[in-house]
Amino acid sequence: MKLAVQVNEGPYQHQATDSAYHFTKAALEKGHEVFRVFFYHDGVLNGTRLTTPPQDDRNIVNRWVELAEKYDLDLVLCVAAAQRRGLVDEGEAQRNGKDATNIAPRFRISGLGQLVEAAIQAERLIVFGD
Amino acid sequence: MSDIKKFMYLNRRAPYGTIYAWESLEVVLIGAAFDQEVSLMFMDDGVFQLVKGSDTSASDMKNFLPTYRTLGDYGVRHMYVDKASLEARGLTSDDLIEVAWEDFETEEEVDNIVEPVDADQVAQLMAESEVVFSF
Repeated sequence: MKLAVQVNEGPYQHQATDSAYHFTKAALEKGHEVFRVFFYHDGVLNGTRLTTPPQDDRNIVNRWVELAEKYDLDLVLCVAAAQRRGLVDEGEAQRNGKDATNIAPRFRISGLGQLVEAAIQAERLIVFGD
Repeated sequence: MSDIKKFMYLNRRAPYGTIYAWESLEVVLIGAAFDQEVSLMFMDDGVFQLVKGSDTSASDMKNFLPTYRTLGDYGVRHMYVDKASLEARGLTSDDLIEVAWEDFETEEEVDNIVEPVDADQVAQLMAESEVVFSF
């Protein structure tokens, strides 16, 4: 089945992002297609490479990156939500005059249209949030 | 993309206090460009999003109530409100804003697309939807 995943919560604060990861991983391992994972609201905080959790805790950001590398997964941060919360890639840094970037590899920043498109293209949209 | 799906945006949060309501509205506005069959459902504290006369001037929050009134122009055909959620909060449909809708091609007009529905209808409308965005 072709699936799309929406993540509405930030990492560590809320288990929704863990559930989204485990669901996505399990679906891919079962041979399903995940068209896109779209991060919205505080969910965009899943995409900062500056995250440094304690060593004995899971690294939520790296986990997404590894999953994306293995399955060529499309990880998209909402641009409006990312701008509000300080998630920056090269393009955003140039456009908005920022002196740094913090986006993790394999993530990209794009518009809400990517969420709507994913909902149209996929057979199921699965939303993880509060 | 020619296929049209039944979209439902499910709004369960108060308009202020968290950003969910406003960022949900942003998806509805952007999503209009995709010409899908769109309805909104307001439940739980989400019903407060449609209460008339809100004033956010003292809290320094942007008041986005006027945006809801324009949703008919953004392809939203129905704005359902869960009756039980209204009653539990001492509200009636008289407390809610009205939102007009017009089909510019057929000139069909509806004065108010805000519609209270009971629990059975809520369940049925959700079951009929192909995509439910939950906020």
